[in-house]
Amino acid sequence: MRTVYLDNNATTRPAPEVVEAMTPFFAERWGNPSSMHAFGGLVARDVTAAREAVAAFLGAERPEEIVFNGCATEGDNHALFGVAAAWGRPGTIITSRVEHPAVLGPCLRLRELGHTVVEIGVDGEGRFDMEAYAQALAAASGPTLVSVMWANNETGVLFPIREIAEMGKAAGATVHTDAVQAAGKVPLDVGSVPVDLLTIAGHKMHAPKGIGVLYIRRGTRIKPYVIGGHQERGRRGGTENVPYIVGMAKACELARRALEDGSEARMARLRDRLQAGLLATCPDSRVNGGGAPRVANTLNISFEFIEGESVLYHLSDRGICASSGSACAAGSLEPSHVIRAMGVPFTAVHGSIRFSLSRYTTDEEIDAVLEHCPQVVAEMRALSPFVKH
Amino acid sequence: MWDYTDKVMDHFRNPRNVGTIENPDGKATVGSLACGDALTFMFKLGPDGRIAEAKFQTFGCASAVASSSALTELVIGKTVEEAAKITNREIADYLGGLPDQKMHCSVMGREALEAAIHNYRTGEENVVQVNDELVCTCFGVSKSEIERVTRENHLHSADEVTNFCKAGGGCGMCRDRIQEIVDEVNHAEAAAPKVEPKMTVLQRIKLIERTLEEQVRPVLKKDGGDVELIDVDGDTVRIAFRGMCAGCRSAALTRDNLIATALHEFVDPALRVVME
Repeated sequence: MRTVYLDNNATTRPAPEVVEAMTPFFAERWGNPSSMHAFGGLVARDVTAAREAVAAFLGAERPEEIVFNGCATEGDNHALFGVAAAWGRPGTIITSRVEHPAVLGPCLRLRELGHTVVEIGVDGEGRFDMEAYAQALAAASGPTLVSVMWANNETGVLFPIREIAEMGKAAGATVHTDAVQAAGKVPLDVGSVPVDLLTIAGHKMHAPKGIGVLYIRRGTRIKPYVIGGHQERGRRGGTENVPYIVGMAKACELARRALEDGSEARMARLRDRLQAGLLATCPDSRVNGGGAPRVANTLNISFEFIEGESVLYHLSDRGICASSGSACAAGSLEPSHVIRAMGVPFTAVHGSIRFSLSRYTTDEEIDAVLEHCPQVVAEMRALSPFVKH
Repeated sequence: MWDYTDKVMDHFRNPRNVGTIENPDGKATVGSLACGDALTFMFKLGPDGRIAEAKFQTFGCASAVASSSALTELVIGKTVEEAAKITNREIADYLGGLPDQKMHCSVMGREALEAAIHNYRTGEENVVQVNDELVCTCFGVSKSEIERVTRENHLHSADEVTNFCKAGGGCGMCRDRIQEIVDEVNHAEAAAPKVEPKMTVLQRIKLIERTLEEQVRPVLKKDGGDVELIDVDGDTVRIAFRGMCAGCRSAALTRDNLIATALHEFVDPALRVVME
């Protein structure tokens, strides 16, 4: 059975070019870039080149603004705890109710440590409440950090991050964005979007798992999070993960090229075909976040009166990989906090399915979902006590 | 993915007895759309007084579908009296077990069965609990239900209760109250004579001895200490420290962190350790 992989917001296939670029750094060029000998020193040049490539991808002014780390969760933790640590006194963190747990978790901890945390809500389409945000900025006391995601991982909804960052900067706040789900899908340019801190992860953009980047704008007051080494200019201790850093840079290069060659429009066309096809063949379904600006690769659709985990297992039996915001699929008892924050009707919260495409997604894969998914939905509905038979 | 057994996957992929029965003898629906799972269960008796037909419809995850399917298979051929004795454990065991976090699916099956039998006997639609305390408002779980899953499944923590009946899995405000109820049940259980001891008294004492020998003594001996088992009286384990441990100011800490933890893990979480 062929695998139809439509779970790219969970992780992506490492690009063949990325794997190829990384390979020599395992078997041959395995030196430590900090070493005082040529064998290691040569590798340091590769790290420098990688840093420059990532800086170019983000539109950063200087390569030193790029800090390599282990994953986006680390980047988010570094941004939040590092800024709060630099304050040295209680401050205010403004975030949204639909952030990734990598941001919400640290926020919860910072609240326990005495900081004020304000969570801005979203409307029924998942759009950020700009009015509440303006009020929160005006009411914030002490030093302030804004941490708002660029694109939502579950719905793909894009927040107006430029406006959010500009308002934050005007109010004197430090601004962080988790751009994990935006990277490679929309242009990220810290030259025109005045964020101070930005997180991305390799494995969401065709590099492997285990590499992330925190962009730190020059002059940002932030303490290190992983302490105990001079690496990354003392901002992230630990010997550089050279093969993965090289892979990350290659992935950034490829993503930049893809953004220019029309891959996004192709992905949007496939996604829109999937969306229209499912809405037409599955009655009582609704697109979550469909009325808001979205990244081109994500479709979050709720099939009413059925439960997401069951749908995923049946799709998996047919070779289709997707994910769900249902409680059972998450291993919890409450459905996704994103879907709940949007006020999705209770008939639909447990039946949300996320299909997320990549630039490698083919027309055949979309056809496979359009062939199998309506059958699965009909089968599950035949079993549901809430559907009149 | 969940670690479902082949039998769970079989009953999920090929659920038995899906549908409805015209004029059933007993029928009930438990759960709701908002809660994330729900089950409508009904049965009809044959001329011999045994359940001839049982049908279900389920809204829920793979293990909820499998548990419902298992329930129908379990009740067919039984008298109502026999069916009334089915526990959630039997539903889970029939499927070769369920992941801990999914045990509530088996409880939903048992609840639906009970409510359908109640409906058969009284004609009432719902099981009305008089004077019951509503503990978990997120999932609508009462005190008596929490007591019951605790007793029937030998639970000891609020987390386990959440796995079995969802109580405490929403806002979490009631978790302290759940732990109180669990403690009360276990205290009462400990006081009551055990009907079906899992181990004989001798087996239990031997296991306690062995746990002390393998898990505890090697640690104490590093510091030149030792421990002696003095007596086991019900759930109370009486010990005495020897060697360097005797009179050590950290003895109580050792008892709680090392000895009690080991005995809870390897023998029985109900054990209480006291020092001579």
